[in-house]
Amino acid sequence: MVEYRIDRHSGVATYVQIVQQTKQALRLGLLQPGDQLPTAREVVEATAINPNTVLKAYRELEREGLVEARRGLGTFVRRSLGTVAAEDSPLRAELHAWADRAREAGLDRDDVAALFTSVLDERFAVPVPVPVPVAETHSQGDPA
Amino acid sequence: MTDTPTDRPEGPADGRSDGRTEGPTDLRTDGPTEGPTDRRTDRPTDRPTDRPTAGRTEGPINRPTPAPAPVPAPALEATALGKRFGRRGRRALQDCTFHLPAGRVCAVVGHNGAGKSTLLALAAGLLAPSEGTVTVLGTTPAAARARVGYVAQDKPLYPQLSVAETLRMGADLNPGRWDEVTADRIVAAGDLDPRARIRSLSGGQRTRVALALALGKRPELLLLDEPMADLDPLARHQLMGTLMAQAAQYGTTIVMSSHVVAELEDSCDHLLLMGGGRVRLAGEIDELTAGHTRVAVTADTDLAPHTVVESRTTGRQLSALIRPAGPLPHEWRTGTPTLEELVLSYLRNPEAPGLAPVPDRAEEAAA
Repeated sequence: MVEYRIDRHSGVATYVQIVQQTKQALRLGLLQPGDQLPTAREVVEATAINPNTVLKAYRELEREGLVEARRGLGTFVRRSLGTVAAEDSPLRAELHAWADRAREAGLDRDDVAALFTSVLDERFAVPVPVPVPVAETHSQGDPA
Repeated sequence: MTDTPTDRPEGPADGRSDGRTEGPTDLRTDGPTEGPTDRRTDRPTDRPTDRPTAGRTEGPINRPTPAPAPVPAPALEATALGKRFGRRGRRALQDCTFHLPAGRVCAVVGHNGAGKSTLLALAAGLLAPSEGTVTVLGTTPAAARARVGYVAQDKPLYPQLSVAETLRMGADLNPGRWDEVTADRIVAAGDLDPRARIRSLSGGQRTRVALALALGKRPELLLLDEPMADLDPLARHQLMGTLMAQAAQYGTTIVMSSHVVAELEDSCDHLLLMGGGRVRLAGEIDELTAGHTRVAVTADTDLAPHTVVESRTTGRQLSALIRPAGPLPHEWRTGTPTLEELVLSYLRNPEAPGLAPVPDRAEEAAA
């Protein structure tokens, strides 16, 4: 199960935060196919956000094929996002080692973040935010 | 004070007599009562809500934006609504026309004296309009009373009752609808001694009891006047979570007034901005923020034909909040305002032209 943490001051739309955190959990293997996402009720009770925001996020995840709503049952993970960053993955270990070297070289957190981001931008296309259609017909299972 | 539990409450706390004829919060069910949980049967129309309801899910989620084609009975609808206190008194409310679709969580914001409380009291049926009409859940406020929960700003409760007695009163006054589990849970979350008398409670604790009463009624429409004002940040967050859970589970429409806009931004999806007794902005928050643009341009820029809500010149730069009348020039730096920026801009500029959509139906009604 995943627990969402909403940062009101991040400047990122709340529903996008839920989408991102769900994807993050998928990448880290915290959520796996077949797992159930928390119900809208559970999310809003814990976060005090508007229920429609949660539903909008879940619709977006559904649109991307990551989750599916099962009528009367809830929203379930359909596929994973690869688990390259799992605890024991070699890439993660290399990154650990790299981070340690960066620290030894005298870089602080911001330096590392800047360096990492710049390499990230060189090697990977910058994601274009996907506009989300407001009115979409998807069935949304979300039992109370 | 004697310790005899009174069974005849004498009226609201601290004996206010502001014309309210009801007991504390509006708890009564006047009409015949329905089955305990099936609140959908008594709805005027089975309107499509975009939220799951208890124990089952709706079909397609189809949020009726931007054009809510077949308009179901709104939770709240006002047409040219006005209220004047006293024969030559100030008009607390005038010319209010808006409609709030069912299932929304609506923020009512505005200066002190903007008419927020008057509007809520009119919707609750505690005040009678001087002009115009207000329709609640498709009917009159009086007829809708059993389905409406109202918590007034001063959270009136019977001071001599204990917490447990207050909840029992809620159960007695709402036969067939009372949701004991919810009411008890709200009180229990505040660590209140059920035997404590209301008069011994702090303001925030009373708020908790008042909200427990209002939610225990399992209303279809919940009218909350400054519900969070007395609460500590933790209790605020927790009770707001409880309200949102209620909305998620039962599709409850919630209307709440507040001064703290930032706090409402994540919880509400609909806005009613009041000023000078009028509605200045009304609509879905997403649409309202999307309909406005923050621009930063050079000071000599002509902002026409766009509607300017607020503008400020600093040196060579002009910053403004506008409602674009069409596409903006590419060289303008633009951004979408947050709800708080939007509201503050309007509050700082009482003369800025409003944007309270006048629905067609209002025109018919006014004709």
